[in-house]
Order: sequence, then C-alpha cells, then structure tokens
Amino acid sequence: MDTIQSIKQLCDLMDTRQASSYEITSEYLARIRRIDKQLNSFVSLHEEAALRAARLADKNRACGRIKPLTGIPIGHKDVFCVKGERTSCCSRMLESFVAPYSATIVQNLEDAGAVSLGKTNMDEFAMGSSNETSIFGPARNPWNLDRVPGGSSGGSAAAVAACIAPACTGSDTGGSIRQPASFCGVTGFKPTYGVNSRFGMVAFASSLDHPGTLTRSVEDARIMFDAMSGQDLLDSTSSRAPASSNTSAATRMTLGYPTSLFSDLPFSITNALEEARKILEGQGNTIIEIDLPHFDNAVAAYYVISCAEASANLARYDGIRYGHRSMHGSTFDSLCEHSRSEGFGQEVKRRILTGTFVLSVGHYDAYYVKAQKVRRLIRDDYLRAFEKVDLILSPASPTTAFRLHALDREPTEMYKQDQFTVPVNMAGLPAMSIPCGFAEELPVGFQMIGPHFGESRLFSLGVQFQTLTDWHLKAPNVLA
Amino acid sequence: MNFSSKWEPVIGLEIHVQLNTQSKLFSTSPAQVNSDPNVHANIVDLAIPGTLPVLNRKALHKAIMFGVAISARISKTCRFERKSYFYPDLPKGYQITQLSDPIVGKGSIDVLTEGKSAKTVGITRAHLEEDAGKSVHDRIANTTAIDLNRAGTPLLEVVTEPHLNSPSEAASCFRQLHTLVTWLGICDGNLNEGSMRCDANVSVRQRGDKALGNRTEIKNVNSFRFVERALHYEIERHIALLEQGESVERETRLYDVERDETRRMRGKEYSDDYRYFPDPDLLPVAVSEDLVESIRRSMPELPHVRRERYVSQLELDHGIAALLTRDRETSEYFERANRVTGNARLVANWILGNVGSILNRDELTIEEFPLSPEALGKILSHVDDDELSDAMAKQVFDQVLAHGNSVNEALDRVRQTQISGSGELRKIVQTVLDNHPNQVKQLSEGKSKVLGFLIGQAIKMSQGKADPKQLSEIFRELTSS
Repeated sequence: MDTIQSIKQLCDLMDTRQASSYEITSEYLARIRRIDKQLNSFVSLHEEAALRAARLADKNRACGRIKPLTGIPIGHKDVFCVKGERTSCCSRMLESFVAPYSATIVQNLEDAGAVSLGKTNMDEFAMGSSNETSIFGPARNPWNLDRVPGGSSGGSAAAVAACIAPACTGSDTGGSIRQPASFCGVTGFKPTYGVNSRFGMVAFASSLDHPGTLTRSVEDARIMFDAMSGQDLLDSTSSRAPASSNTSAATRMTLGYPTSLFSDLPFSITNALEEARKILEGQGNTIIEIDLPHFDNAVAAYYVISCAEASANLARYDGIRYGHRSMHGSTFDSLCEHSRSEGFGQEVKRRILTGTFVLSVGHYDAYYVKAQKVRRLIRDDYLRAFEKVDLILSPASPTTAFRLHALDREPTEMYKQDQFTVPVNMAGLPAMSIPCGFAEELPVGFQMIGPHFGESRLFSLGVQFQTLTDWHLKAPNVLA
Repeated sequence: MNFSSKWEPVIGLEIHVQLNTQSKLFSTSPAQVNSDPNVHANIVDLAIPGTLPVLNRKALHKAIMFGVAISARISKTCRFERKSYFYPDLPKGYQITQLSDPIVGKGSIDVLTEGKSAKTVGITRAHLEEDAGKSVHDRIANTTAIDLNRAGTPLLEVVTEPHLNSPSEAASCFRQLHTLVTWLGICDGNLNEGSMRCDANVSVRQRGDKALGNRTEIKNVNSFRFVERALHYEIERHIALLEQGESVERETRLYDVERDETRRMRGKEYSDDYRYFPDPDLLPVAVSEDLVESIRRSMPELPHVRRERYVSQLELDHGIAALLTRDRETSEYFERANRVTGNARLVANWILGNVGSILNRDELTIEEFPLSPEALGKILSHVDDDELSDAMAKQVFDQVLAHGNSVNEALDRVRQTQISGSGELRKIVQTVLDNHPNQVKQLSEGKSKVLGFLIGQAIKMSQGKADPKQLSEIFRELTSS
C-alpha cells in the first residue's frame, strides 16, 4: 500500500479487493504506533473497536452493503463525543470523562461506514492556535518536529499530513481547522454554520463553532461532507445541507480578491498565494478586487463574543456530576472553585475571565453589544461582496508554522494567528484552506470563502485547483 | 384587613407556574418531578458536554394560551437568554430564561375582592424558563444530595404590577391566577407539590404618597392562606419600623409557617450579576399570528367571561356565578347539568348546596362525585316540572348516591312512598285550607300566586311525600266549588 492514500483511493483498493478494511485499518494503526510518539497527534486509540468495525465493514462490503465510507478509518478530534470512549477536550477537567453518547456527526460518519481510529490532539477546549495548551502535550508538525501543527485541530491536521489517518474531523471556531490545515499542508474545510450538527461537539463558543474536516484532498472533503452533514433535530441551530456538487468543476467563477489583506504578509507566503491566484486566473476565472472595510475589527470582536459564550458554556464544569473533582473544598462554592482552578489550564481561565468580564453589569453594552454590532457589519461586508463575486480568496494564516513556545508570552500575538479566519466564522460562511506551496520548507495554504450554503462552489473550485497542482499530494518524510 | 388609615401597603406578586407538559422545556425527559431521584434526568438535563437544548413547542403554546387569556401582547418572536450563576442543582451553570423579550407582555386579570367589585390587576409580563433541580438535605447524612428530575421542567413566571393593596387582595390574585391556569389546563395547580409558587414584593407608604417605600421580597410561598398571613406579618413589621422612624431594609425574607412570621434570608446589598446574554444555542422562534389565532380558538370559555354570562344570561347572582366559576370542573358540571334541566338557579343551588356538602363530607373533588351532571340534571328537571318536591328530589339524590341506583329506579322507589291516595291528600289539603283562611280568600280573588304557598304548606305537612302536581289539582278542585 502506498503511503499516501486519499479516501477515494482507499475505496478503490477495497472495491478492487486489493486490500480489506481490516488490512487498511491495521496499517494505519501500525503507522500510528510507529510514528505518533514523535507527533503526538492521537490522544487515545480505539484499536480493538476499530478492528472490530473494520471486520464488520469487510463483511458488509462482501455482501454488497457498500456505503460511501465503508471501511475507511478516520480520526476524531477529541472535542467530539464518541460513545464509550474518553472525550477529554485535552483538558484535565475531562481527563477521565467517557462520553455516554456519540455526536451526531460521529454517528453520521459511522452510519456511512467509517471506522473510528481514535481521538486526536487539540488545544484545551479548542482554545488556541498551536495545540500547545493540550494537557497531553503539543502535537508536532510532521514537516518540522520543532514546529507547531497549528490549532486547535492540530492533532487532526498533523495526523492527516503524516498519513497516519486518511481523514479526520475537526472543529473551527475562529480558524481551528483552516490554520492547522495551512500549517500542515492538508485540505481543511468547514461548511456553513448549521450545516454540520453541533450536537455532541463539546461547546466552546456556540454561535461560532463549526464542525468540519481535515483531509488529503478537496474530493475527500466532499465525501466526508456528504456523509456527516444534514439537519439535526437535536441541534436547534442546524439547517438542511445544500447539495455538495451541483456546479461542475469546469464552471468559470468570479473570485473576489481583498488585496489589502495580502500586503503585510512575508514575501515567501505572498509568493505562494500569488502563484495560486495565477493558476486560477489561467483557468478562466475572473479575479476582481473587493473591499472588506470592517475586517480589522474582527479579531477584537471575536474574542469578546467567543469568550462571553465560552464563559457560560464552561460553567457546567463544577466537579459535581462528572469531570475533575478537587480533593479540597467542603462547601459547594469551595469545591467548585478548587475543581475549576485545578481542572482548567491558563488559556481557558483567561478566556473564561474575559468572557465573564464582558458580560458583567456595566460592561455588557461596551463590549458584548458592541461586538455583536461589529459582527453584523462584518457579515454585511461579505454579503455585499457576494453580490459581485462567487467566492473570495484570502490567506489562511499570516505565518507558516512557528516554533513551539514561540508565542508563549504573547497571547494577543497568538490571537492574531486567526485574523484571516475569524471573520468567516463571525459571518457563518463556508470556507476551505488548500495547500498552495511552501515557504522555507513549510506548507502554505490559501483560503477560499463561499457565500452561505455555497459549499458546491468551494468544492468545484477546490477540485479545479487540485487537478492542476500537486501540493496536496506531498507528504513529509517523517514516515521514512 | 385594615392596618391603619395612615399606611398603605403596596404589593406585587411573582408566581412561578409549572406548565404541565409531557416533557421538559428543552429536553425529551418526562416532566415528572415526583419520581425516584434522577430517573428523569437525561444527558441534556445533566448538562453532559456537547448536549444542546431544543425548545418544547407545547410549552410555548401553553405560555401563549396564558397570554391570550389575560389579553396580553404576545411577542412576535420567542427568544431565550442565559442567566448565569453557580449552584449545585443548576447543571449547566446557567438557567435558560427570557429577559428582554418575554413571550407574554402586558395584560391584566380581574381579581374579585371581598365585599368589593372586581379589581383589575395589571400583569407586567410572563416568561418561559427552565426550573432548577432540587438539593436534598435530609436523605444522606452530612451530605447534600442532588435530584435533577425537576431540572429543566418548564415554568411560566408571571409578574404582576404592584396593584395589590392588602394581603387579602394578594391572596385573591394568587387564587385567581390559580383558577385561570388550571382552567386553561396549562398547570395541574397542585400547590402542595410546588406546581405554583408565589414570591410577594411588599412595601408600605403613607396614604396619599406617590413614592413607594423600601420593599422586601417574601420568597416561595405555596398557599393562598400563607401568602395572606405572611404579607400581614410583613406589613405590620414595616409599619412598626416606620412608626419608630426607622427604615425598612431591602432584603429577601422567608415565611416560617410554624411561627407565622417572616425571617431575613439574604440582603440585597450585593446585587447578583447574572451576566444575561442571548442563548446562542436557541435561535429566535417566530410566533405567527396564525399560531396565536389557532391557540385562541382552541381555548375554553374563560372563567370571567363565563361568570359574566351566568349573571347576564342565566340571571344568577354575582356571588353564585363566582362560586360556580371558581374552577373549571365545577363550572363544567354546572353547564352539563343545566343543559338537561334548564333552570340555572335550581341547578346552581343544588351544586353549591347538596352536592357541595357531600363533596366536603367525603373530601371529593367534583370530578370524583359519583352522580353524573346529566343524572343530577334529570332529577332536577322533575323538580322544575313540579313533578317532584325538593325534598323528594333530595331523597332520589340520596338513594342514587347511597345505593348506586339509576335515577329512574330511585324515582320509582320514591314515588312509591309518595302519598297518592287521593283520600289522604284531600285530608291534608282540607287541613291547609282550614288553617289559612286569608290565603284562601286571596285565592278566590284571583291571586293565583298564593296557590304555590298553599301547595308548599301541604308538602310540608306530608313531610315531602305528596306529589305537588296532584296537590295542585286537589286544591283547584276544592277551591273552585
């Protein structure tokens, strides 16, 4: 079996009986055992369950019961509940929490035949852009082990990049799929808000949390999307999924290009992005300049809203019903205080405190209400832009993967990692990060942003790009 | 109750009405509080990570029904906010409630006050929210146990304007709301089990003053009588303080039933910061006019409408109309019996009199009363047709209740004991005629009304065993000659 396999290729192997799901799953588990000590991309493995599911998949396949993902092993970010398995969010708070149910998207993928390999590393409660806030230690970037894989879905990005999982789920609240996808050179995709159910995804910021995927290709992202999306009665904010492919790959599109966003980037990154732009232009797509006037306010407003929501979402961790319970404290108040002090890491505490502050009497209007106004303006900017263009092109991240601990003392610098991705979550738009080259031997990704429910356009432009380029076919030699 | 001519109490109520939906407000767990602890707490109620709330539309519909019943403005959208505080029986660390846009806006209800006509009391708002669980202190020694059966059950919090000026008015208002929500069928009204809980805000000011005095809040009173007594105590406490030149401290107090007094629970000096914000898990739900209209059409005739109809169309006294519409079951019983008999006053008197005393004696509700309203109506229609004296009707009634006879059987049996031998009846009639020469004279002068009186006397003499119809014929016969 070749090292690099897309879902599509793995399906072909099984269809042509060159490999069984059992063999494929075993192979991926073996790779994880071999390499993941260095990468730390998985925080729990479901070996037995995976092999059992793989055998079942083989039986089903033999009987002709073939679904789009039958026998395909995948990893789940540790933010998604998988019944009977630990779902820790890489926090001490949930270190021993075993989910009593499966998230809707996990169930949907399972129903489509997928085999769960295990849970992938992430920033604690998905709060971070480097995977460094995980209690299990940081995942590493397979292209350079001294570098971060990005975050918060760092484990998923690293695992797919290193080919120790063909595809992984991820979650994206402010860029947590697209930035690590860009750092690790894989395809990161999150659909329109509401299209993937949030039920069973441990909440960080409810109005911004988007489940999505990290895959080897756009085609794989589409296969995963078709399997996991759909309206869920258990999530009041969910909506019907749009068809994934009603635009043919050959369609010429008008692409919006906010030039000002590209101006402050390092030359090596703009170079790669410029190449990508030329390729798309060469295919007959029209590039037009657009303006997003409120772009610069997005990060500040995002941190107000996301922290406010997080402060309430994380209030349930009081040590009473599940999760970490302190040995100290004889009253509810002191038990709760100790449990939370011990159970949450520094970045999570920082955000809870920030959120508590911005919702307090006397600050609510100045912060929360104002941030919501900014959010509306940002959304309006995009809606206006989409009157003229089919998709918007943008950088995915202002840098390539940085060194571990490089931003330890600069939380706000870390927050700026999300500047190109955050506004998209504020507007709830579908977006994708696609590998488009390298800068100093580190992957660079560019981002495509679609209008609400415009997933099919993203898939067709993405496929168009990947048929002309081979950046997504590259893999780091960490496997060697 | 009169405290003094100098002081005027000002009272507003907040009443938590537990809506009687099958499942909870945001989860599919049964909304059954009184089961073994925690058997009705699913992953949503336990606030297991990743779970999300989904609005129970039935609860929304019940809230709208209440709003329509008090002629309130119904909000065009149903929105929820999170109210954050840490408490062991609050699993999410916040309560989902409505702050800025309650589903029910301003409305009013008419409160019947003793000796006075109805008083219109403003309802400020009514909003939907989820209840918390229960902390149980007496089940496990030295430990507080948590029961989450109640967590997430739907509440409608009804807030009145401070339009009430005496403890009895406040109690009456609470009672009126109780009648309304049970009448509408949106709450089981079981006060002992906490299905309705009342907080009372009270202040006292000098009569004629515009400004309100400092108020205190009495929490969690669950009976009409206790609301009245707690307020009575509290108002006297306020007045005593004010008359000594002291001021009333703003605080929350609890009513101690045993000692019949209120006690300080906590001060208001550190006002809590609940950090309300719109719940991002619940998108605003549109409330269409069609929905409100269809709910309006599905509603029963309201108690105050029915009360007025009883007065204006059935010519019942206000007091009797009020008693008949005190709960829907009594009123329905009356409606059905009256449909058979058609003599509203007769039926009303029987329900409030003979039926009522048996209900009291046997501690029954009218729904448990063994005689169907149709059967009672049938008995009374014989009275209405003068075929049966009231006393004989009572015999029929008693027989049916005592022996479970059908009305027809009981009627036959009672009629057998009826004095029908015309000889005996003639004797009675003659005696009555002899004893009342004046009335006989009036009768001969054409005052036929007197006949009723004479028949009454004859029935009395027969100890209710005479058939009024037959008596009437004998009277005519003996006086026409």
